Amino acid sequence: MSIKLDQVSLVHPNGHRAVGNVSFEIDSGERVAIIGPSGAGKTTLLRLLATALRPSAGEIRILGDDPWRVGRGVLRELRCRVGMVHQAPPIPPRQRVVTAVLAGRLGRWPLWKGLASLVYPVDIEGARQMLARMEIADKLFERCDRLSGGQLQRVGVARILYQQPDLLLTDEPVSAVDPALSDRVIGELNSEAIERGVTLVASLHAVDLALHWFPRIIGIRGGEIAFDLPPARVTDAMLKDLYASEAAVPTQTNAPLAMQPTGIRRKPMCS
Amino acid sequence: MTAAKADAARLRDPAAVPRLILTVGIIVVLWPGFRLTEFDLGVLFDPRNREIMGRFVGTFFPLATSAEFLRLILKATLETLAIATAGMALALLIASPLALIVTRSLSISRIGPGYGFAAGRLLRLPARFILMFLRSIPEIVWALLFVRAVGLGPAAGVLAIGVTYGGMLGKVYSEILEAGDTRPTTALLEAGGSRLTAFFYGMWPVALPELVSYTVYRWECAVRASVIMGFVGAGGLGQQMELSMRMLSGGEVSTILLTFLLLVVLADAVSAFLRKVTA
Repeated sequence: MSIKLDQVSLVHPNGHRAVGNVSFEIDSGERVAIIGPSGAGKTTLLRLLATALRPSAGEIRILGDDPWRVGRGVLRELRCRVGMVHQAPPIPPRQRVVTAVLAGRLGRWPLWKGLASLVYPVDIEGARQMLARMEIADKLFERCDRLSGGQLQRVGVARILYQQPDLLLTDEPVSAVDPALSDRVIGELNSEAIERGVTLVASLHAVDLALHWFPRIIGIRGGEIAFDLPPARVTDAMLKDLYASEAAVPTQTNAPLAMQPTGIRRKPMCS
Repeated sequence: MTAAKADAARLRDPAAVPRLILTVGIIVVLWPGFRLTEFDLGVLFDPRNREIMGRFVGTFFPLATSAEFLRLILKATLETLAIATAGMALALLIASPLALIVTRSLSISRIGPGYGFAAGRLLRLPARFILMFLRSIPEIVWALLFVRAVGLGPAAGVLAIGVTYGGMLGKVYSEILEAGDTRPTTALLEAGGSRLTAFFYGMWPVALPELVSYTVYRWECAVRASVIMGFVGAGGLGQQMELSMRMLSGGEVSTILLTFLLLVVLADAVSAFLRKVTA
C-alpha cells in the first residue's frame, strides 16, 4: 500500500476547509490523475500526500508510515522518498539549471557532497540525462531566470526524476507547457513510474491528458471526492457536473469537450 | 437635492481622518523630543558662537600636506581599514551561525508542524537574545572594555567591532533571509534536505546580492566606528584625529576628514562592484 487516507480533512487557519473527509487508497505502482475545477483542493490534497501539510483530522499513511507519528529522522527519510513537482517551480531565479536538477538528491546525499556540488557539479551527466528526457538538455548550464515558463516547469520535473522518489507527486506539471510537449512530459512521468514500479499521483488541468494517460481518475470538487473511476467509466455528464462552475471542461487546446466527445482518447477498460 | 448631498457626503475620502490623526500624532510625539534635547537652531547662529566656530573652521584651510604627515595618515588609514576588515571577519563568524539558527523559514519542524516544533521555537529564543545582547551595547563601550582587557591598540577595536557588528549582522541577515522567497527552501526541506543544504540551494542564490550589499555597508560603518574608537585609544585614524584636534590643528583635521570621504567613496565603489558581480 503506497497511500492510505482515512477520513482526512484539512482546515486552513483562516477557517477555509480545503479538504473534507477524504478517504482513498492507492497501491504501489498505481498511476492516478486528480482532476477538478480551480480551488477544488487538488494542490492541498497533493501537499497532504507530500507530508508538507498536516491533516486537521483523519489518518494518513504514506509509503507505510504515518508521517506525523514517526520521529524526525524517519520523517526526513520518508520525505527523501517522496518527490513533488510544484506548479510554480520553486527554483531560485539566479540558480543554474544543473544545480537546480542536482538539488533533487540533496536529501540522499551526505552534507559534504551537497556543499561540494556547489563548488563543482558532482553529477553533470546525471542532470543532463534527466534534462534530455524533458528535451531541454541544451539548457544545462543556463541560468533559470533565462528560461521560459514552460522550460522552467520541465526543469522542475527533471529535478524530481533525478530525485528518483518512490512516490511521484505532480501538481499541474504542464500548466505552462504547450500541448505537444505536455504529452511528452506526462508520458515520461508515466514511463518512469512504470519502469521503476513507483506510484504516480498527478493533478491535471487538462482533462483529455488525464483520461488518456492514467488508468485511474479521481475527480474532486469542493474538497470532496466526486468520483474515483477508471477513465473509460468517466462519462461526459460526470465531467460537466464536475466543472459546473467553470465555462467549459478544460482541455489542452481549450476545445470544448461537449462538442467533441470523441476527440478524447480513452484507454479501454481492460488496460 | 438631499439625495445629491448624501452622495457628496458618501464620496468623501475615508482615509482623510486617520491620516490627519497620524500627522497630528507624529507632531505630538516629535515636539517633546526637540524640547527635551534643547534643540534650538538660534544658538548655532548666535554671533559669539558663530565667531568661535568660524575661527576653528577657518584653520581647516589650507590642508596639511607635509610628506611626513601624509605618511602618518597613510599608516593610520591602513590600520583603520585593517581594524574594520578584521572586525567584520570576526562579526561574520559570530553572525552567520546565529542567523541560520534564528531564521524561522529554515526550520524543518515548522512544516506540518511536526515533532520538535515547540522545542525549536524555544531554542531560537536564546540565539535571538545573544544577538540582541551583542548589539545592545554600543561598540564604543565594548572598546573601552576591551582596551582594559587587551591594552591600548587596534586589537581592542577589532574585538569591539566583531562583537557589536556580529549582533547587527545576525539580526539583519535573518531578516533578509526571511523576507526573500522562501518557497525554494521549503520545497527542499519537504524533499528531505538538511537545513544547511536547503540554505545554500534555496536561499543563497536569492539573497546573496542583498547580503553582500548589507555586509559592505556595515564594513563602511565599521570604518567610521573604528575612527570613533580611535578616540578611546583603539588606534587608527581616530587616534590621529584626536591628537590633531587636541592640538587645534585644523589643517590636519580637514586632511583626515577628506580621507574619510575617500574611504566612503571606496566602500561605495566596492559595494556597487560586488552587487554587479553577484546579481
